Amino acid sequence: MSKQTIYINSIASTLPDTQDSPEFVPGKQVSIQEPDYKTLIPDATLRRRMSRIVRMGVATGMQCLNKFPNAPVDAILTATGYGCLGDTEKFMNTLLDNHEQMLTPTAFIQSTFNTIGAQIALLSKNHGYNNTYTHRAFSFESALLDAILLLREEEASNVLVGAIDEMTPTVYEILKRLGLWRNALAGEGANFAILSTTAIPESYAVLEGIELFNGTYSAAEIQERIHNYLVQKEEKNVTVLFPSDYKKICGEYPTAMAYAFNTCCKHLQSGEIKTPILVYNTFLGNHSFIFLKPV
Amino acid sequence: MKVLVTGIGCVSAIGTNVNDHLLSFQEKRSGLGPVTLFPTNHTEPVAEVKLSNTVLKNKLGLPEQAVISRTALLGMLAAREAFEDADLSGVTNLRIGLISSNSTGGMDLSEHFYPEFRQDPTRGNLHDIASHDPGDSTERIARLLGLNGFRTTISTACSSATNAIMLGARLIRQGILDIVIAGGTDALCKFTLNGFGSLLILDKTPCRPFDASRAGLNLGEGAGYLVLQSEKTSYRKTYCTLAGYANANDAFHQTASSSDGNGAYLAMKGALEKAGLSPDSIDYINAHGTGTPNNDASESAAIQRLFGNRIPPFSSTKAFTGHTLGAAGGVEAVFSVLALHHGILYPNLNFNQPIAETGLIPVTEYQTGVSIRSVLSNSFGFGGNNTSLLFRK
Repeated sequence: MSKQTIYINSIASTLPDTQDSPEFVPGKQVSIQEPDYKTLIPDATLRRRMSRIVRMGVATGMQCLNKFPNAPVDAILTATGYGCLGDTEKFMNTLLDNHEQMLTPTAFIQSTFNTIGAQIALLSKNHGYNNTYTHRAFSFESALLDAILLLREEEASNVLVGAIDEMTPTVYEILKRLGLWRNALAGEGANFAILSTTAIPESYAVLEGIELFNGTYSAAEIQERIHNYLVQKEEKNVTVLFPSDYKKICGEYPTAMAYAFNTCCKHLQSGEIKTPILVYNTFLGNHSFIFLKPV
Repeated sequence: MKVLVTGIGCVSAIGTNVNDHLLSFQEKRSGLGPVTLFPTNHTEPVAEVKLSNTVLKNKLGLPEQAVISRTALLGMLAAREAFEDADLSGVTNLRIGLISSNSTGGMDLSEHFYPEFRQDPTRGNLHDIASHDPGDSTERIARLLGLNGFRTTISTACSSATNAIMLGARLIRQGILDIVIAGGTDALCKFTLNGFGSLLILDKTPCRPFDASRAGLNLGEGAGYLVLQSEKTSYRKTYCTLAGYANANDAFHQTASSSDGNGAYLAMKGALEKAGLSPDSIDYINAHGTGTPNNDASESAAIQRLFGNRIPPFSSTKAFTGHTLGAAGGVEAVFSVLALHHGILYPNLNFNQPIAETGLIPVTEYQTGVSIRSVLSNSFGFGGNNTSLLFRK
């Protein structure tokens, strides 16, 4: 798909506390490293007003921007499967408790799905293209696709792409009742990256391709699809990562692919992985491949 | 490569299909009325779609007992109309995508779930919460229309559907898809009604966009979708082209617009540039025009800055449909396409006195036989998210 090379030039992530796979305890919550909020969002009033997911997303996004030497970026894209559920619930509770009277708008305002992308634009005074995707396991992948389009259209040279999902007690409880934690760790995280058309000394990796598809497939059919994809890419020596490979570390959440993406970028830059990497993700009938190469 | 509009579909308080809407506009029949969909203390007028969920399910051939959010039902109805209008049912050899959008997902059902759940976390019907995420309604629309290809969902508050349509055009132009059904849907719910209430921007009377006395917006619900098609594919008919589009961020405030309407200006200017047109080629603007003091002043300032003293005819259709939030850009894209196609201009209801600072006067009567070649459609959302689409004959 790529007509021009797309480089990943900055990354920032709330990585899980440990990168070793912990002992697998179904439903255990993965603890993450939250960024240093005070330095990334210096305005104390603003910081206090932000809910946890907004603070986490904005700070990680700002961290990614701050690490990028060729700032500013031309566009800001965010993705979230669940959105700002803590704020949604807070506003809902006040609404029910107060019988629709005397409500303050902060939680309602922050419950909007594009809050994090908008706050990053506001803090970095960015008037460029700004969009937010929220389609389950396609959320991050859609944002990535949009970034590729922007770069190809020459509408942008550098694009910030990030994904944010938060595990609140309510989400945890509902997903538990839906049976999701029988075979999974409960995950959350904020993962941002900057995609560019030019390489820099700090470049992490090259984004070689992305593919999204739907439906029900057996493990053998997925293997075949991966095989065909790599044949078409004319690649033989490739590291293939399956959801179990990275979700045993980051846990299950709609934008877990963004964590895998960031981690692969890191490993490609450090040389820990020297081959191209194909990452496969699947959740509720949505499937995706992301194909990365060393610079 | 040109992107053609080959199908349209919409549902709102003034109609359950495209033709109904034309009649309501002609008769200046607003869809505003009291809330009937759920119990509430709010007495502000709203614009409800006059069909119960049961009737919607019947119309769609779905079992009455199926638990489906109203957001999804409205979206299915409008998307199906657009799909059938473009005669897509037999198309198998092309890459068809679905890009939908909404502002609060299946919140209408979450509101059933949560009161019980918060008393006791083991209670609350799980079917009522499974459609909370914005992607659920998109997946259901895809299933109804038998679409197996690319699908995604955008949620950028009140500009959601406009951004969905813009992405559709870009995916076609980049040769990734041949056909895209793009738009948005949103059902009225207690959550958003109270949310806008808490912002103190609900008008207690029918809204008066661009009027000096405007005092806020009225909420609505609905859905609107376009079928976008590459000119390289075959099609039965075409309404117009989607010639330009742009999204820009006001980067001024999380909910308020800047007084000079910078984001709105950049979005409209960007759409013109994309289409390679000058401001004087615009024949009509379907304005965002919510009726809030802030939006209409800011949008007016942006229009004046871009068009100078040659302001094209413009109007807001929100006094008819209410503000349908995530669906607004889809519903109003359909109106914009119809304006071009039939040579009509929509009246901006409840206008009496221009805003002192700008003096802009919108179209106030339903007009036919107007020569229209290019239309701008504006949608602006929370987070300074501003998008304009440019449709051209």
